[in-house]
Amino acid sequence: MSLMSLTAVELGKKIKAGEVTVKEAVEAAIAQIEKTENRLNCYVTVDKEGALKKAEEVQKLIDNGSLTGPLAGVPVAVKDNMCTKDLLTTCSSKILGNFVPTYTAEAVVNLEKAGAVILGKTNMDEFAMGSTTETSAYGETKNPWNVNHVPGGSSGGSCAAVAAEECSYALGSDTGGSIRQPSSFCGVTGIKPTYGTVSRYGLIAYGSSLDQIGPVAKDVTDCATILEVIASYDEKDSTSVKREDYDFTSCLVDDVKGLKIGIPKAYFGEGLEPEVKKVILDAAKVLEEKGAIVEEFDLGLADYAIPAYYVIAAAEASSNLSRFDGVKYGYRTEDYEGLHNMYKKTRSEGFGAEVKRRIMLGSFVLSSGYYDAYYLKALRTKALIKEEFDKAFEKYDVILGPVAPTTAPELGKSLSDPIKMYLGDIYTISVNLAGLPGISVPAGEDSKGLPIGLQFIGDCFQEKKIIRAAYSFEQTRTYKRPGMIEE
Amino acid sequence: MAKQYETVIGLEVHVELATKTKIFCGCSTEFGGAPNTHTCPVCTGMPGSLPVLNKQVVEYAIAVGLATNCSITQYCKFDRKNYFYPDNPQNYQISQLYLPICRNGGVEIDTPAGKKIIGIHEIHMEEDAGKLIHDEWEDCSLVDFNRSGVPLIEIVSEPDMRSAEEVIAYLDKLRLIIQYLGASDCKLNEGSMRADVNLSVREVGAKEFGTRTEMKNLNSFKAIARAIEGERARQIELLEEGKSVTQETRRWDDNKEYSYAMRSKEDAQDYRYFPDPDLVPIMISDEWIARIKAAQPELRTEKLERYKKEFDIPDYDAEILTSSKHMADIFEATTELCKKPKKVSNWLMVETLRLMKENDMEADDLKFSPENLAKLIELVDAGTINSSVAKEVFEEVFKNNIDPDKYVEEKGLKAVNDEGALRATIEKVIADNPQSVEDYHNGKEKAIGFLVGQTMKAMQGKANPGMVNKILKELL
Repeated sequence: MSLMSLTAVELGKKIKAGEVTVKEAVEAAIAQIEKTENRLNCYVTVDKEGALKKAEEVQKLIDNGSLTGPLAGVPVAVKDNMCTKDLLTTCSSKILGNFVPTYTAEAVVNLEKAGAVILGKTNMDEFAMGSTTETSAYGETKNPWNVNHVPGGSSGGSCAAVAAEECSYALGSDTGGSIRQPSSFCGVTGIKPTYGTVSRYGLIAYGSSLDQIGPVAKDVTDCATILEVIASYDEKDSTSVKREDYDFTSCLVDDVKGLKIGIPKAYFGEGLEPEVKKVILDAAKVLEEKGAIVEEFDLGLADYAIPAYYVIAAAEASSNLSRFDGVKYGYRTEDYEGLHNMYKKTRSEGFGAEVKRRIMLGSFVLSSGYYDAYYLKALRTKALIKEEFDKAFEKYDVILGPVAPTTAPELGKSLSDPIKMYLGDIYTISVNLAGLPGISVPAGEDSKGLPIGLQFIGDCFQEKKIIRAAYSFEQTRTYKRPGMIEE
Repeated sequence: MAKQYETVIGLEVHVELATKTKIFCGCSTEFGGAPNTHTCPVCTGMPGSLPVLNKQVVEYAIAVGLATNCSITQYCKFDRKNYFYPDNPQNYQISQLYLPICRNGGVEIDTPAGKKIIGIHEIHMEEDAGKLIHDEWEDCSLVDFNRSGVPLIEIVSEPDMRSAEEVIAYLDKLRLIIQYLGASDCKLNEGSMRADVNLSVREVGAKEFGTRTEMKNLNSFKAIARAIEGERARQIELLEEGKSVTQETRRWDDNKEYSYAMRSKEDAQDYRYFPDPDLVPIMISDEWIARIKAAQPELRTEKLERYKKEFDIPDYDAEILTSSKHMADIFEATTELCKKPKKVSNWLMVETLRLMKENDMEADDLKFSPENLAKLIELVDAGTINSSVAKEVFEEVFKNNIDPDKYVEEKGLKAVNDEGALRATIEKVIADNPQSVEDYHNGKEKAIGFLVGQTMKAMQGKANPGMVNKILKELL
């Protein structure tokens, strides 16, 4: 049995007990990467040398007692949109193909302080724009459950790497479902925390008002433990919130008695695959049997979430991505005449089609004459969606629903119809618009054997409730590993 | 009869705030420094970096708003102004469009026709850009981000000014208010205060404004005055020829005394302003405003009145002394040391102004310390040096801020108060100039002046003139 089949917390315990050295853990991860990476392409960069060097440093700190946390020495993979000092950070884009940051993202600094060993940077949709990890400039990542399917996105590399045990756990980022949807598609667990919980400093922005970093791991316990490490109040991020408590593990209790769970009717209508629907409703029954009070309700404005999201995210992205211009860092076109031509060629050559589409969309909705009709209206819709959730949370502790309407689509089937791809985000993006926490946990498989995830949504700062619900549900199942790693 | 035209002018004034650190990061705002040394991921637009607002910027902006009678926007936000330029590392400038921090104010200026209020439309906060350096030798451009992120406020006036004189009076008023608040040193020549002039002309009596142009690159009050005259003439000439004025931005070349079109309204950019999602709204409480109001230092008008009352300084002198915060600071600090306000004022009003004029300097450029001026005044008062020597010593204080005590000692400039030595010298002067002595005795009072002069010459200027007079009269 490989060390990589352990959860992060289990591996951490063994390292702490001296049963396993950090070097052995890192070597096990590297061995697994060497075994499956050529079939999966989870990573943009694997930093073997750096990880082995770090393993030695961390081991010393564990041995002298200065590192005692649960994740000390446990190998981690970081999504390639978080800055890592001296380590290539590409956002899976050609335009940052040579970009080596001068500083490390705050969430990653928090991990490093806890003794994490970074194995490398995971593949993603270019600038986190996409739902399949196919828009990466460095090739698509494949789903470990079936390599003819996508892993989801945009944190597809992180989720596939966790499922394939090419790392013990990973960091992802979620702007419109980018942690929860690939977690669902890859059969792993992921949390999108309340906006402001994890610092965005050093996270290369896509939609600044929606982006949140979160954990991806094999189980709820790992995710809660990782969140406890990465969450912090950071003065360098003005949108960072000083929370009353950063304890996410004390709620790892198998008890949902009396927990009020709301199921939005709108989430079970047209477009939801029957197999997914059945798994989610079965899960609701399981929770009811465990003592939860489950009730259907009307969540208003659900249909407006997608248009509002794509207007806001694209608008922010069009501005956030303007700094990639060939002047200061990253890719610059070879031949050009003058400044304007340099900008134009650099950006035409450096960005992929989906990124260009969203930059154009965003520039359009912010243009004078259209601002009120699109951007301002989208902001108002966002506020109204938040109000709808506020109303729901007056009645319910958590909301339960699907993560995505389908299981992982086949490779190459999604990008040709972007609108259809955008519609796949229907259950995840309102959570980002309202700034809420959400968790995706494995709940079953479809007839093809592809994983189906279940989503719990909580009110702002109520991570403990969704963690407890997810943990309790998780106790009714056993964790399943994709077949390919057993080979 | 030729048509009569009226000039309509509004100003956009950028003021660099005197904070120690930049508006959105902890980098130093100090002027100079090797290129790109006062920089960090935030002010160089590194991926993933985030802005954090410097509270002092808000406080200065509120202070300026209060001193210019604006209402403070108690829920205000920053917006992004999107445009591509290499000196702008993010390719957007963080500024304010929708909810600027101050609105609807105004300041009073003096005009030949009496007092007049110039309205202030708004004041907003924003970040400065970096500096491009074009290397023609290497045929490339380099960018220095030291200035990137230095805090600015932009003060937008209403189109209330009608002449270059009113514009200068308005700018001078703003400069003094802001200097006295300590919010900026407001030096036009160093760029810490910059003014863009929006100007149009219309026939006297017309109700509608004419088409305006915006003039940039105005680095001194004189350049502003010349640019206004030049642009007024250019627009009138166009209208007289039956042509129309194009709405455009023009760049003033003060050497050629002509402006060039930079860009017209047609190719004006759409800046796609939207609220910056990286910054949270600023909530300004009544208490915060009250605290800033209470901490407001004495402004120019109050100081001027106080000088007249407390020190009995005449109107004109008080005007000059308070015409620069720096000058007023020197006056007060020197007075504090020597307790002789009239004498301090006298040194500043006469010798200082003369030397400033000779050296083409502004009051803000004065380098000497109040300590040294106070010492000089003491030396004169104690009769240690006479007034002509004092002027000579002051020139050294003015230029090199020397210590007058040491200087007088080292150069041997002390007045000779030894009666015996003086008497001997004067006896010799009388013996050598019998003609003058005779003239004096014949009633020519002027002759004594010549004898005093001769005595001073013999004493190398160091004699106490009072004693010389006294002894001369005695001996004669």
